[in-house]
Amino acid sequence: MFGGNPDAPGRELACELALNSLEAEWAPLWQRAQAGDEQAYAQCLRRVGARLRAYFWRRLSDPGEVEDLVQETLLALHLARATHDPALPVSVWVHAIARHKLIDALRRRGRQAAWLDYVDELPEALEPGSEQDLGAPRDVQRLLAELPQRQRQAIECTKLLGLSVTDAAQRLGCSESVVKVSVHRGLKRLAAWMRGET
Amino acid sequence: MKTDDWIDCLARDAGPVDRTRPLWRLGGALGAAVLISVLASVGVLGVDPQLQLNAPTALKFAYLLALLGGCVRLLWRLGRPGLNPRRAQGGVLGVWLAMGGVALAVLLFAATPAQELLLGQSWTTCPRQVAALALPALLLGLWGMQGLAPTQARAAGLVTGLTAGAIGALGYALHCPEWSPLFVWVWYGLGMLVPAACGWLLGPRLLRW
Repeated sequence: MFGGNPDAPGRELACELALNSLEAEWAPLWQRAQAGDEQAYAQCLRRVGARLRAYFWRRLSDPGEVEDLVQETLLALHLARATHDPALPVSVWVHAIARHKLIDALRRRGRQAAWLDYVDELPEALEPGSEQDLGAPRDVQRLLAELPQRQRQAIECTKLLGLSVTDAAQRLGCSESVVKVSVHRGLKRLAAWMRGET
Repeated sequence: MKTDDWIDCLARDAGPVDRTRPLWRLGGALGAAVLISVLASVGVLGVDPQLQLNAPTALKFAYLLALLGGCVRLLWRLGRPGLNPRRAQGGVLGVWLAMGGVALAVLLFAATPAQELLLGQSWTTCPRQVAALALPALLLGLWGMQGLAPTQARAAGLVTGLTAGAIGALGYALHCPEWSPLFVWVWYGLGMLVPAACGWLLGPRLLRW
C-alpha cells in the first residue's frame, strides 16, 4: 500500500553500487554539515545539487524547469535536514526527497499517471552529476522581497549579508530565537511559493 | 538566482541541526492529544463506575496501547524520507489481527450469546464517541506531522488518522462499560476508521511540502 516496488536483482545491484559511491562522497561532508560546519554543508549541497540537476534533467528536459526544481529541492532538503536518520545513508534520504519533488513537479504540470509510473520504473540511483549551473528563471530574490518584513529582514541579515544570528538579533532589535524562527518560517513560506502555492 | 549563490545562502548561518526537533514536535502533539482525549473522557463522559482491573479490561487497554504504539512507530517512519515503512505497517496489522483472533476465540468458546458479545449495550454510541474523542487528536497529529517530511502524504494522513483513532479509543475505554473483545475489535475499530478516513482525505492537502 505504501509504495516501493520490487526491483529486478540486476538493477538493484547497480543501484547499490551507484549509491555506495555517492555515499562515500557525501557522508563525511554531510556529517560535518549536520554538526554545524557551514563550509562542509555548502560543499555537500553543491555536490548534491549537481546530482539533482542530472537526475531531473533526464526526466524534465527543460533547463529552466530543471534548475527551478533543483533550487526548490535544495531548499526542501535544508528545511527537512532534521528528519535525516543518522543510521540511514544520506544518499537514500536525498533520493527519497528528490523523487518526491520530481513527482510533485510532474503532478503540478498535470502529467498523466503514466508519467508517474515512469518515475517508478527508472533506476533508483541518482545519475552522475552535471556541473553546469545555468541559473534558474524563477527569481528567488524577488520572492524574498515579498516575504513579511520580519522574515525578510531576518533572512537578509543572516543569509545574504552573512551576519551571525547574534548580530542579526541586535540589528533587528529582537531575540536570537526570534531571528531563527523568522528565518525558518520565511524559508518555509518560500518553499510553498516555489511549489506554486499562494 | 544562480544555484551556487542559493546554496551559499542556504548554508550560511545554518548552524548545527537539531535532530530532536521532529521528535518533540510529533511527540508533543500526540502527548497533548492523549491528555485531551483522557481528560475529555473523564470530564465529559465520566469514568465507568464498574471499571476494575481484570483480564478483559487489561486486554482492552493492552490492545489499544499496542495499536497506538504500532501506529506511532509507523507514523515516525512515514515522516522521515527514505525509511521503509513495511515492517512497521506489518506491526499495526499484526496487532489488529491478533485482537481479531482473540475476539473470534471468545466468540467460539465463551458461554455468552454471540449477540451480546458483538453488540453489548452501547454499540450505537461507541463508534461515534471514539471518533469525537479522536478529532482533536487528528488535528494535533496533522500539525505534528507538518514538522516532519512525509513523502507519501496520503499514507501519512491515513496513519495520522489511525493514530488519532487509537488515542480517542484509549480515552473512550475509560468510560466504556463493555468487556467483550469482539465488541472492542468491531466498534472501536469502526470509530477509528472515521478519523483515518479524514486523515486520508486531508493528508494530500495538509502534508504537502
